[in-house]
Amino acid sequence: MEYYLQLIVNGLVVGGIYSLVALGFVIIYKATKVVNFAQGELVMVGAYICFALTVQYNIPFVWAFFITLGFSILLGLAIERMVLRPLIGEEHISVIMVTVGMSSVLKSLVQLFWGTQIRVYPSVLPTEPIVIAGLPIAPVYIAAFALSVILFAVFSAFFKYSRTGIAMRATAFDQQAAQSMGIGIKNIFAMSWCIACIVSAVGGIILGNINGINSHIGHLGLKVFPAVILGGLDSLLGAALGGLIIGVLENVCDGAARQFLGLGGFREVAAFIILVIILMIKPYGLFGTKEIERV
Amino acid sequence: MQGKCGLFFTSYRGEAQIFQSGFQKLMVGLFILVLLAAPAVLNVHLTSIMNLIFIAVIGAVSLNLLTGVCGQISLGHGAFIGVGAYAAGQCTLHGVPFPLAILVAGLITAMVGMVFGVPSLRLKGIYLAIATLAAQLVLEYVFLHGGVLTGGSNGLLLDPPTILGFSFDTDARMYYLLFFFAAASLLMVSNIMRTKYGRAFVSIRDFYLSAEIVGVNLFRYKLAAFGLSSFLAGVAGGLWGHYTGYISAEQFNIGLSISYLAMIIIGGLGTVLGSVFGAVFIVLLPEVLNVLANSVGGYFPDIAQSIVALREGVFGLVLILFLIFEPEGLAHRWRLIKAYWKLYPFAH
Repeated sequence: MEYYLQLIVNGLVVGGIYSLVALGFVIIYKATKVVNFAQGELVMVGAYICFALTVQYNIPFVWAFFITLGFSILLGLAIERMVLRPLIGEEHISVIMVTVGMSSVLKSLVQLFWGTQIRVYPSVLPTEPIVIAGLPIAPVYIAAFALSVILFAVFSAFFKYSRTGIAMRATAFDQQAAQSMGIGIKNIFAMSWCIACIVSAVGGIILGNINGINSHIGHLGLKVFPAVILGGLDSLLGAALGGLIIGVLENVCDGAARQFLGLGGFREVAAFIILVIILMIKPYGLFGTKEIERV
Repeated sequence: MQGKCGLFFTSYRGEAQIFQSGFQKLMVGLFILVLLAAPAVLNVHLTSIMNLIFIAVIGAVSLNLLTGVCGQISLGHGAFIGVGAYAAGQCTLHGVPFPLAILVAGLITAMVGMVFGVPSLRLKGIYLAIATLAAQLVLEYVFLHGGVLTGGSNGLLLDPPTILGFSFDTDARMYYLLFFFAAASLLMVSNIMRTKYGRAFVSIRDFYLSAEIVGVNLFRYKLAAFGLSSFLAGVAGGLWGHYTGYISAEQFNIGLSISYLAMIIIGGLGTVLGSVFGAVFIVLLPEVLNVLANSVGGYFPDIAQSIVALREGVFGLVLILFLIFEPEGLAHRWRLIKAYWKLYPFAH
């Protein structure tokens, strides 16, 4: 039993990071209808920038954190302006493939600058585990989870109450109507990429603090798909819950497969088997908007 | 279809021909002759590149049938090719003759493809893309953990293909076998596109509701598209496995699926010629980079190192640039070039 409790707790922590990455994904999809296959690479870039600032330039972690966020904004602007804007109005497959292309470019740039070996962050938090309800949990896990929750709350509030947030929701709902009410669609698109880059960078920094980083953490981007499909492609709450659920399910399935079937590495596919089942039963996820077509 | 100047059709049959004018037939015939004579001139390295191109052509044209013609985005094509490779490999390892093994591999892959195509009735566009991505990752897992069937992480070792006692054990011999299969695949897809099935696929791609209203059975034709496409993917996989002589799960990863999608996008979606252009382009890209790295390497060793490290990045960059500046692909550019010379010196 304790084995499974531990699995669930670990799953929640990993799920918290999935939620953050999924949040970025959903924000982009909601505002621009672009499916971003480079989400994992955005995480990787954020993680490496923060790593370079703290370790290679000896900037205090808090400062490095905020500089990384600033860099993420620039990265988001650049991506939107140079890569995505020329493709407005193109077919699904073109837009998907351009983000795929972007992910290889980002990955190879990171490899060019930092190589492929694992890099470890200096520990920011104490490593002594805290015991909660009989389970030892590392402080960095708790901080990660707390940070995910805070960011999610901040962005929910942003979308609900701020003028810009309302404009973004309006754009997501009906681009033409929003434009005719005087909302600058292009700015909204740029802003959604910036926000996505920011939350991804935060996810990357958390990840770097937990496991260290290497050039393969971009694979995280693939893990986001089951999470967002489960939650619904265009729902913020769905992204948050989907990330947590997938994190827990995949950890528990992996543990169960290891215990009962003796299968290793089941973690890699568990989420995708769940994904196929969700797609067959509820194609628009738990909170996604149904696309209704009448003839 | 716009005919050339002085080319008049007197029958529907004439208009539906693949090669419409005598000149076109002559040029294609000459091109085939050149290709047939090529191994005598090319060295082993160049022949092996040609062989890889032939295999890529089969894979690309099959994906183009599914994604370009029928509009069903598939991110799992690399895994389907893998299914074909393992199926054919297991067949020949158990003593099945090579041609039969390729056929069986195609049929098995077609079945697997159709199973993963079933969600396509409910899912469209991005949702289907993600479902096929799931297929890719699940199949990859099966390849790696398939026990005796796939050889697990050791992979399978295969002998060169043998037909009626004749062993295709050199690159030049393999060249003719692969050339035959590539040409047959191109012919097959060209012909599928001219039949009822091809027209149904195009109508589904253009607007599935209209297609259904004019009587196209969506489920049946989408499954047919997945089946036909996977059949050819299986053939490509079987040939590839026997050509390289070794199959492992890493060969058929998501990267392979993506490079096949890149081929059909760079070549031109929905055209047979585009599949060929795309396959040639994507297979040659790393070779050209290698040559570049070697030639620059003498003067600036650091840059050469970076070029090799940047190979994946260059691939991504090429993809992005193509999508932005040449979204219709190389086949479209080829048509423009032909039109230019046809009309020269007048622009219209």
